[in-house]
Amino acid sequence: MSARGAIQREGIPFVFGILCLLAVITVIEMLIRWGMINPFIVPKPTDIVMSFERIILEENILPRFMMTFGEALMASLMLSVVGISLGVLLHRNTTVRLATQNWVAAIASAPLVLMYPLFLVIFGRSAWTIIMIAFVSALPPVILKTLEGLAGTRAVLINVGRSFKLTPSQLYWKILFPAALPNIFVGVRLGMIFALINIVGVEFLINFGGLGQLVNELAERYDLPGTYAAICFVILVSVVFFIGTERIERWLRPGT
Amino acid sequence: MPAVDPILVVENIVKRFETQDGVLVAVDDVSFNVMPGEFLSVIGPSGCGKSTLFNVMGGLLGGYEGRISVGGETVRGPHASIGMIFQEESTFPWRTVIDNVAFPLEIAGMAKVERTEKARHFIDLVGLNGFERRYPSELSGGMRQRVSMARTLASEPKILLMDEPFAALDEQTRLLLGDKVLQIQQDLKQTTLLITHNLTEAVQLSDRILVMTYRPGKTKRIVEIALPRPRNSEIVSSDDFGRYVAQIWSDLREEASKGLKDDEARRVRSGGAGAS
Repeated sequence: MSARGAIQREGIPFVFGILCLLAVITVIEMLIRWGMINPFIVPKPTDIVMSFERIILEENILPRFMMTFGEALMASLMLSVVGISLGVLLHRNTTVRLATQNWVAAIASAPLVLMYPLFLVIFGRSAWTIIMIAFVSALPPVILKTLEGLAGTRAVLINVGRSFKLTPSQLYWKILFPAALPNIFVGVRLGMIFALINIVGVEFLINFGGLGQLVNELAERYDLPGTYAAICFVILVSVVFFIGTERIERWLRPGT
Repeated sequence: MPAVDPILVVENIVKRFETQDGVLVAVDDVSFNVMPGEFLSVIGPSGCGKSTLFNVMGGLLGGYEGRISVGGETVRGPHASIGMIFQEESTFPWRTVIDNVAFPLEIAGMAKVERTEKARHFIDLVGLNGFERRYPSELSGGMRQRVSMARTLASEPKILLMDEPFAALDEQTRLLLGDKVLQIQQDLKQTTLLITHNLTEAVQLSDRILVMTYRPGKTKRIVEIALPRPRNSEIVSSDDFGRYVAQIWSDLREEASKGLKDDEARRVRSGGAGAS
């Protein structure tokens, strides 16, 4: 009964999702074949699939994938540690929060990627330039969502902790932090999206390596199926991170 | 035979709040004692300061006049002898039932095996055996409140302080949970103080009922409930039960009416302010 329930709860939506994706791809394929979408702008999905083998064998995809993945991983780790810590600081210190909250929100909407020449000067033409731009750009959502999660903890849960005479540290670790985790993970996921966009964008701009550079090279060669195939690998990085954070969240906060 | 001292003494409690309209006296000179093993309910209309009194007695709210003592010791902040059960759903959603119940024992530094065993005892006491590994999201509202109760009982408080714990539940569940509370109170000889606005609940469970006036909250009367013990929810069909409910309602009716009029007047004022 429970196995059947699990299939109904998770298996059916998963299969339905895959079928929807295949249906959309099929529709695009048909529209291109019927001449309703220009194939010089959007290549046929079948051509993209066919180009995967070529991209993997000829374009050195694995080291590029690993480079982008590594940069994203480093930026994500940094923004998780620093962003969550700053969110906690803003929650604990009202003066700091009132003084900086609006600035943090303003930075979230600023196109920091345009400051890449400054980062190049500071960190040189290295992976650290890419990581630092991604880190700084992705920091605000992590800070703000951490703050939102901590501040949004239901008062009754805090009162339960107080009634059991928890120390401030116990109150933080046993109640506030677990209660805020869903919001914190929303912030981390948003941050990862920001980080990955910036990583691929700067790889594209400074021609340093990784999947961004490959997308740039293939676009320059007007290899559209190859370009879209490379973009699929960027999406793969994102998917790996999403699955990873989901697993970590379930491990840290079961029952939800 | 030596006289037994009260376990909880509440003396001349006054609590004021600063509001936009001036100073609001929420609780005004409320005094009472609770004897060991006694079940006392505090009943009053909405806005009479019941929950303020609950927070003051639980040590969650300071800045009041008067004195509260437990076993002769003055309460200043949350006290290990007072266990609180809140009106709102207060289980930790990220913890299983057994981990919720074991929470105060974990905080006290008890070893895992020992606290798990003890938590099982209290889960059994509230009738939730078989649900130990479930999360609160998998339980009904009544079951979650029983988890909260087991969690508070696990800390073995001398006084159990409950603030309308069944307010969000339907009447049938409320009566059945009332049976559970009676059974636990009788088994553990647990001193219990219940804050409620529900007449039948108060009469069903209590040895004495303190009726409060509407704002400022004062003691209007303390009624002894001389219904036989052990009790269960079947008592609600007895004539004596009906008489007690009628007697307390006659005290409460006037206060509830004042509260209703005050609420209506406030709505008219705020509506007028909004229109102008």
